[in-house]
Amino acid sequence: MIWELDFALLIFMIFCAIAAITVRDLLHATIILSAYSLIMAVIWSEMNAVDVAFTEAAVGAGITTVLFIAAIARTGRRSSD
Amino acid sequence: MRRNVIIKTVSRFLVPFIQVYALYVIVHGALGAGGGFQGGVVFAASFILMIIAFGLTCVRERFNYKWIVMLSALGITIYATIGLLCLIPGGNYLEYGSIEALLGIPHLHGYLIDAVEIGIGITVMATMTSIIYDMGDTGGESS
Repeated sequence: MIWELDFALLIFMIFCAIAAITVRDLLHATIILSAYSLIMAVIWSEMNAVDVAFTEAAVGAGITTVLFIAAIARTGRRSSD
Repeated sequence: MRRNVIIKTVSRFLVPFIQVYALYVIVHGALGAGGGFQGGVVFAASFILMIIAFGLTCVRERFNYKWIVMLSALGITIYATIGLLCLIPGGNYLEYGSIEALLGIPHLHGYLIDAVEIGIGITVMATMTSIIYDMGDTGGESS
């Protein structure tokens, strides 16, 4: 474990998480959430949890993004709140 | 929906590699990272790429709901059958060593782990694909 790399990744991940809930466009929020998931996968593999990192990369960054984009295509793209 | 020749060619080239990688992840799951669930998800991702490149109707013609129902039932049947077979020699559910001790075949538990992982992978692949089919179906409208 390299703590400088972990620190930078965690700062970037927190920024992605805050951006994903503050941005108005839902498609932008989905893409930012996918980036968050990718950073999370890198952090998991940094912590030697390769199995969890694999699941995070396949499900979090892959399937969930596609499902969210399909849901946005069926509903609306603008956030109402 | 427009059809781009670059996307079609690249995904036609890439889909077999993704599927071979998914099979590697499933079979390699007993030794390292990976397993049935992750391999099934990667296999379903190849179907998602095919849906993006060729459209939902084209993929559905080749891999329809009949196949999905059959494969999801088949995978869970493989899993449950091997788990219940371990009960016959007196072991616990999914205790592969009891079958290995009964039949006397060395390294049988490794093959049984692989078979169970393949069952999990088949079910996850079919279920993920059916979710994507239902979500991507816009009811005839152009997406």
